[in-house]
Amino acid sequence: MRNEFAKVLTELAEKDPSVVLLMGDIGNKLFDEFRGKFPDRFYNCGVAEANMMSVASGLALNGFRPFVYSITPFITTRCLEQIRVGVCYHEAPVTVVGTGSGLSYTDLGPTHHSCEDIAFLRALPGMTVYAPADSLELRSCAKLILAENRPAYMRIGKKGEPRLHEIEPVLKKGEPVFLNPGKNAQVCLISTGTIGGVAKQISEELQKKGTSCAWASLPNIKPMSVDAIKKLAQTFSLIVTLEEHSRIGGMGSAMAELFVDENIRGTRLLRFGTQDWFLHETGNQNYARLRYGLTSEKIIPEILQALSSRNVD
Amino acid sequence: MSQIESLQQIARELRWRIILNSHRTQTPHLGSCLSCVDILVALYWNVLKIDAQNPTDSNRDRFILSKGHAAPALFQVLGMKEFYPEKDLEKFGQDGSMFGEHPPTPGHLPGIEAATGSLGHGFPMAAGMALAGKIKKQNYSTFALLSDGECNEGSTWEAALFATAKKLPRMTVIIDYNKWQATGRSDEVLELKPLAEKWKAFGWNTKEIDGHNYAALLESLKDGSQSAQPTAIIAHTVKGKGVSFMEDDNNWHYRTPNEEELSKAEIELGIKR
Repeated sequence: MRNEFAKVLTELAEKDPSVVLLMGDIGNKLFDEFRGKFPDRFYNCGVAEANMMSVASGLALNGFRPFVYSITPFITTRCLEQIRVGVCYHEAPVTVVGTGSGLSYTDLGPTHHSCEDIAFLRALPGMTVYAPADSLELRSCAKLILAENRPAYMRIGKKGEPRLHEIEPVLKKGEPVFLNPGKNAQVCLISTGTIGGVAKQISEELQKKGTSCAWASLPNIKPMSVDAIKKLAQTFSLIVTLEEHSRIGGMGSAMAELFVDENIRGTRLLRFGTQDWFLHETGNQNYARLRYGLTSEKIIPEILQALSSRNVD
Repeated sequence: MSQIESLQQIARELRWRIILNSHRTQTPHLGSCLSCVDILVALYWNVLKIDAQNPTDSNRDRFILSKGHAAPALFQVLGMKEFYPEKDLEKFGQDGSMFGEHPPTPGHLPGIEAATGSLGHGFPMAAGMALAGKIKKQNYSTFALLSDGECNEGSTWEAALFATAKKLPRMTVIIDYNKWQATGRSDEVLELKPLAEKWKAFGWNTKEIDGHNYAALLESLKDGSQSAQPTAIIAHTVKGKGVSFMEDDNNWHYRTPNEEELSKAEIELGIKR
């Protein structure tokens, strides 16, 4: 996904002279093409994220559209104050881009995991939040962000994420994009970001077991479309959220807030995300998903259980 | 009256307005405001190229009050310079007013470049503004006024490293080095000495001056406004400058003057109400 980010940003910078890329000394050679084409719009700001974020605000207040890139925890929670004050309070059109989000960097340890970033950033007034599931969604998100002129946060993966879309999806603000409409399905799986591949697997395996399961990706978490979610709730009796982020404050939480605020009744919401503890053991991304219960083996029985208890009701 | 005498006269008037406002509205940070009055007067009356009638002109000089708690001083300056009617300042501190203890965001008050108050933000934002000018090949100058307490913040030093690495032109920081921060002597809270040497070591064109001496202020600020290399002006100042019983007394970081103190200040400043 990060390669796609470098590629799409280079394309966007060709068309828009206000696009500037600031990065925090990561991504060796990743941005060589961008840097080669636009040497005066590329800045390695070093391992100094607080300064980098404020510099981005200063640029944005003077006509530029800075994209600020580093590993997710360092470009979000490390410099949260700078995002809150310089970016959001000033309504500066800065795009914060976190790479290796969720459990993408499991093998680097919890210093590099990011399962709280959505919670922190979506609480900031005026911030918009995006979590593309694959390269094509990332492309759509980047265009949507540039078409708007406001603070944005985009959490992306690293590399090797499965391609989920066949063509670039047309994103509408805060609306889910259906990847499997699920014929006569009672259950709809909503995934956001890097865990899309697991959602796909769950949807397919349920189908094999004779349970139709719709699946949609929700790349624009904030603002979430109230109408689109209400429509989902009218169509399905069970909505299952899935994300590589804490159950506290993530996309599932945002969905739950919307359910309460809109007084949505009769539709059960089941939320899957990481738990309230750090993973101390090392391993790969699939190991971390296993530990946090974010695999199809763990989730499918819970979905079936929820469906059967609904049918008993 | 010489140029310097006239600036000193403006500074006396400005100090009086700040003190009177502090008394009327119970606004703190008086000592911090008074220590940077001469720096503000030198900048706004002699150095900055900003048209109060066209305060968002893209070629204007940028001034960022990184020590945002001195906003009560900046608000009076901008009023005197007619960025807005001076009578607007009568609303200071009232519900719904834009005049509070720290500057609002730029769209809410003419002449404000950044909403500061959280220390260590304004200077890096100013660095971004200087970079914007460099990319667009504009010739404006960028100034950030920092407190010595603000040099506690790591982001200040991150920005210091950034500015020299990216060769930001016409970028000047002024450190209002009054030797006090909120609750103690700045060198005792966190060791700043030797402050000028620190900035020099970070690659800045560094000047150490008396921050109440107009000749030194004008020379160093003008030099900074034209320098290809980032310039740091270590301005040695006195907290509470201008009123004897406030000078170098850190109680005036939070205290506000009563009627009697107001009268004494008025006499000392030679104000005729």
